[in-house]
Order: sequence, then C-alpha cells, then structure tokens
Amino acid sequence: MKYLLLLYVDPAKEPAPDSADFSDYMGGFYAASQKMAAQGAFLAGEGLQGVETATSLRIRGGKVETMDGPFAETREHLGGFYLIEAPDLDAALAYATTIPVAKIGTVEVRPVMVYDTASAA
Amino acid sequence: MRQDRGRLLAALIARCRDFSLAEEALQEAAISALTHWQRGTPANPTAWLLRVAGRKAIDRLRHGQRGAVVRETLERLSQFEGDDPEDIPDDRLRLIFTCCHPALEPKSQVALTLRTVCGLTTADIARAFLDTEPTMGQRLSRAKAKIAKAGIPFAVPGPEVWADRLDAVLTTAYLIFTTGYTAGPDEPRDLCAEAIFLTRLVNHLRPDEAEVEGALALMLLTHARRAARHGAGATIPPAEQDRSLWDARQLEEGRALLHTAFGRRRPGPFQIKGAIADCQMADPGPDWPQIMALYDVLWRMEPTPVVALNRAVALAETGDVTGAVAVVDRLSGALAEYQPFHAVRAMLLARIGRVAESRAAYDRAIRDASAAADAAFLIAAQQKLPCEGHS
Repeated sequence: MKYLLLLYVDPAKEPAPDSADFSDYMGGFYAASQKMAAQGAFLAGEGLQGVETATSLRIRGGKVETMDGPFAETREHLGGFYLIEAPDLDAALAYATTIPVAKIGTVEVRPVMVYDTASAA
Repeated sequence: MRQDRGRLLAALIARCRDFSLAEEALQEAAISALTHWQRGTPANPTAWLLRVAGRKAIDRLRHGQRGAVVRETLERLSQFEGDDPEDIPDDRLRLIFTCCHPALEPKSQVALTLRTVCGLTTADIARAFLDTEPTMGQRLSRAKAKIAKAGIPFAVPGPEVWADRLDAVLTTAYLIFTTGYTAGPDEPRDLCAEAIFLTRLVNHLRPDEAEVEGALALMLLTHARRAARHGAGATIPPAEQDRSLWDARQLEEGRALLHTAFGRRRPGPFQIKGAIADCQMADPGPDWPQIMALYDVLWRMEPTPVVALNRAVALAETGDVTGAVAVVDRLSGALAEYQPFHAVRAMLLARIGRVAESRAAYDRAIRDASAAADAAFLIAAQQKLPCEGHS
C-alpha cells in the first residue's frame, strides 16, 4: 500500500538554521530518507517553504477566491511530506517514528486512495 | 459456542483479511447448520462450520471483483477443505491485537473486541455502553472500514512495539471489566466475565507474560469481592466488607498469578495494581503502608492525576490526612469532572473538620455517581457529618 506521511510542526519549535541542533535535525531527515530508500519504501519526500509563502484558492459561486496563507489557522503547519510504499499500517507507523518531526510536532499517516477496486485489499 | 465463534472468525479473517466478509460467511454457515444438523450433528461441528463458512466466503468473492488479491484469498480459504479440524490454527491472538490496534478509537477497540472475540451482539454492546444499536452498529462498521482502508495488519506485533501494543490489549480488557463492574452482574452479558475470559485467552495464547498475569490477577482479586461490595443498596468499601462473602477460589488464583508474575522480575502497572488490590484484602484489614509503597512505584510508571488521587488516599490512611488534602486540592483542576475525586475529597475534608466544604463535595459526588449504590453510600456518609458551624 502507499501511504502519505504528512509532517505537521510548529516552526517555532524547529531548531534555527544557525543553531547547533539544526544539523542534527536535518541529519534525522536524511537518515529517515536513507532508511526508507534502502528498504525500497521511499517514493517521494519534500520539505515545504514556510507557511508565509502559502497561497490558498477556492472557487465559490463560480468565482475564484485567492488568499494569502493556509486555509486553517493552526500553530502546527504542514511542513513537508513523504510518500512511501509499505506492506501495512504498522510498517508505515514504524517509518513515521523515524522522522524528526514526530518528536516536536505530529506525523499524520494517510493511506493513498486506490481507484482500481479489483486490486484493493 | 462463544469460544468457537471467536476462533472461527479469527481463522476466517486470517485468510480473507476482511472482517465483514468473514462475519457474513460465518452467519450464513450458522444458518445452514440449522437445517443440516437436524439430520444429525457432524462429528466435529467447529470444522464443519469453518468448512462451510470458507465455501460461503469463496462464493461471495467469486461473485464480486476479480484480481490477484482475490485469487490469493481464494487459495487461502480453500485450505479449509483439507484441514484436519485439530490442525486449525488458533488465530485469535492476531484477532485480538487487530481489534485493539491504537489506530482505532478506544471505544471502538472495546466494541470490536466484544463483537468479534467475545461474540456479543451489537445490541448487547450498545446496551452496555448506553448507546443505541444503530449508533453502535455504525461505530463497528467504521472500525472495520478503517482496518481495511488504513491497512491495519492482521498480526501479532513485533518486539519493537510489543510492550505498548500489549498494554493497549490489556487496557481494553480492563475497560471492559470496569464497565461490567460498575453495571453489576444483572446485565444480560456480564462484561466482567467477558473481560476475564479475554485476558485468560491472551494468557493462554501468549503465556509467561508478567503483565498479562498481573492484569488477570487484578481482575480476579477485584471480582472476588463482588458479592460483598453491596449491602442494603449501598456500596461497601473493601475494609468494611464481610470477608466470608469473598470468593476464595478467585482470591487464591489471583494471588498465585501475582506471585508468578512478580517472580519474572518484569514489573509493570497491571502487576502493581494487582498487588494493591491484594493488599486491600490483607488480613485483618488493608495493609496501608504497603499500599502507599506500591502507589509510589506506580506513580513512577504512570504519573497521572488518578494515580496521585489514589496515592493520596493511602497517604491519609497512613496518618497524614492534612498532607493528603493538600495533594487532593492541587488535583482539583485536572480531576474536576472525575466523580471519585469529589468522593475522596469529601471524605478527607470531613476528617480534618472542614465540614461545609466536605458537604459540598459530597453533593457533587452524589450528583455524578454512576451507580445508585455508590450514591447511597455517599448519602449515608454525608448524613454522618456533624452540624455546620463547627468547621
């Protein structure tokens, strides 16, 4: 199965780029990616620019509404993601525990929709 | 049949990996049995049911979608045809761990475990948890759908997560137990008996686990007091109970389990709670210094407000009532909605002469009591308070 791991974190809790903890933090992501890749689980993974760069869009009554910022006002923002292939939820959760964000924010694990129902387990 | 249903369901789910399909196939097989068995019960009814349910599941799958996954499933299900009944593997441990997966809501874990492992009907479960049957049915459907869609494995967890996942299973079993203990033995399905059955089953399928033994001991020791805990419609605390009403066999089994568990030198919260239950039943009365020491240990494992509250009771019983009141007052924010908090606070305040506050705390505890007998006990205690003005 494919799982999307959504990394939510309060940017204030992340180590600053010039701090001593920053290289450890980034090293944690590198190690997690390496482990996923070595086990054939890694499909994609990216970090996102800060939420101040986000633009939200919706169409209401045929009119496109474009606005600054994310849709939801929360302290924890979507900061990155991994797309992985894993045999089951336990395997996906095991990868999620290796991501540094799990210690300071939240990793949401979501199965990816399968449209071919014949092969859906 | 209770034993058999869970075991059959586990074997079917292990092969078709689909809770709903397995339940429907077993239901159809049971209906077939009603007509076929009139001509004579088969030599091994369990094997017969499994074989027929397997075929029913195969029929349903053949009528549905085709694909690689279905082919593999059909292959696994067809194995029932040749199986010697004695060789049917017991897949119930996998079933229990799947039902108690932390990715499911705690209440859904409880409901699904009672439905599939213990074989209660949706109506029984709804009644026990004061829900309507359609609401409970929807909860069960959502849980089964999440297992399928999120890919919750039908598996016993590996060593890296074993301790946490076992704790989830035992917590579910204990939640079933306490729900039954609060409701009393007059419900159509006694949840205390179901919880003890479930924990015994885990102990049987995965022996030599200290925490499983500890949880089973805790339930047996608590259950041993059941007949003695009510008198004249009111709850009686362990220290004042008629000991001749305690179930000697359960008491003995619980104590033996605790002895074995502690001998393994892998202490855990269920073992400590079991030991506390044991000390409350010490002869001639509760061993409060030992209970206090055990709460100190438990506090290091589970620093929760509820443990702090229970520890405060032991502190008062060992002589420091003023200290206990100070502890309890600090918990008033965290436990404001927890009925036993108000009951404990009322009793402690009465002992240090803060009568008006005690009376108010009793009012709150009586209002929030979930059982009439608990309320009756509290009302009687409140009536013993001296007249106001002395506080």
